[in-house]
Amino acid sequence: MINLLRRFGGRTASAPVARERLQILLAHERGLRGQPDLLGLLRAEILAAVSRHVTLDPDKVIVRMDRGKTVSTLEVDIEVPNAFEGSLAAAG
Amino acid sequence: MAKVLVVTSGKGGVGKTTSTAALGAALAQTGEKVVVVDFDVGLRNLDLVLGAERRVVFDLINVVQGVAKLSQALIRDKRLENLWLLPASQTRDKDALTDEGVGSIIADLRSRFDWILCDSPAGIERGATLAMRYADEAVIVTNPEVSSVRDSDRIIGMLDSKTVKAEKGLRVEKHVLITRYDQARASRGEMLSIEDILEILATPLLGIIPESQDVLLASNVGSPVTLNNAASAPARAYVDAARRLMGETVPMVVPVERKGLMNRLLGRRAA
Repeated sequence: MINLLRRFGGRTASAPVARERLQILLAHERGLRGQPDLLGLLRAEILAAVSRHVTLDPDKVIVRMDRGKTVSTLEVDIEVPNAFEGSLAAAG
Repeated sequence: MAKVLVVTSGKGGVGKTTSTAALGAALAQTGEKVVVVDFDVGLRNLDLVLGAERRVVFDLINVVQGVAKLSQALIRDKRLENLWLLPASQTRDKDALTDEGVGSIIADLRSRFDWILCDSPAGIERGATLAMRYADEAVIVTNPEVSSVRDSDRIIGMLDSKTVKAEKGLRVEKHVLITRYDQARASRGEMLSIEDILEILATPLLGIIPESQDVLLASNVGSPVTLNNAASAPARAYVDAARRLMGETVPMVVPVERKGLMNRLLGRRAA
C-alpha cells in the first residue's frame, strides 16, 4: 500500500530534472569548448607586461574569473618581491 | 571498402568492451571479415570478454614497435572464423602508442578486413584519442544517466575536432548506442528516456540495449552476448544494431526478456 501511494502520490519523476540539468550544463560546456583558454592567455600576457618592469615569480601571478548573473569580475593577484620598491625608487 | 569504427564513451563502465565484442561477432556472423582492436593499453579486457585471454602472445604495442608482425599478433576467434582480435598490451605504458604507429597498423588492417572495430579506453587521454584518430564511424556508448550523457557530449565534440577526418574537413559518422536501458523505469520517469538522450546529444540512434543479466553471464564464460545466448534481449538488440551499421533499415524496438512459464512463476530467470 505504501508502495502504491508512493507510485501514484508523493514521488515525482526525477528524469525531467536530470534532463534539465544536463541541458543547462551542456549549453555552458559547449560554449567553452574550442575556445582558447582565456584565463591562461590573460595570465601569460599580464605576466609578460609586468615582467618587463619588475622581476616576478611566475607562480605568484593569479588570474581568476568569477561569473555572476549580471556582472562578472576578473581578479588579478600579483605578489611582488620586496626588492620591488628599491628598484622603483632607483628607476624614478 | 574497409570501415574503421571506434567504440567510445568517455565514461568508463558503460559497456564499450561488451558492445565491441557483441557488434564484432554480429557483423562477423553476417559474413563480414572483422577485427576488434583493444586500445586499452595496460587494462586490456577485450581478450577476456572474447574468451581469448590464454591465446595472447603478441599485442598492439609489439606490432607498433616492430617486435612482431601484424599476422603474428592477430588471434582468430574459435567460434567465428571471420572474427579476429588484436589485443592491447597488458604490461606496457599507454605512451608506447604513437600516432604514426597506430596509423600504419590501421592502414594495414584496412587491406585485410571489412570492419576494424576499435575498443577505446575510458577517458579523453592518449589511448582514447588514438582509438578514435583514424575512425570513419563512431559508436558512442551511453547509459541513461547524467554523467554518461555529459561525457558522451564531450566525446562527440572530440570526434568532430580531433580525428583525421575532422581535420580534413570531413565528418566522422556518429551513432549513439544506449546500453543498460530499463524501459519500465524510463516510463515511470525514473530514468532519462531515449528521446531525452537523443535530443540532448543531437546524434542518431544505433540501438537500444536493455539492461539484462545475460550480459554478465556471457562475459563470465568469455563469449560475446550475441553468441552466448542469441535469443536473449541484449543479443537481439546488438544484432539489430549491427544490421543498421551494415546500412539496413531495422525498426527500432527495445527487445524484452522472454520468460518461460516456470521461471515466471518462480520469479527467476533461466541461466
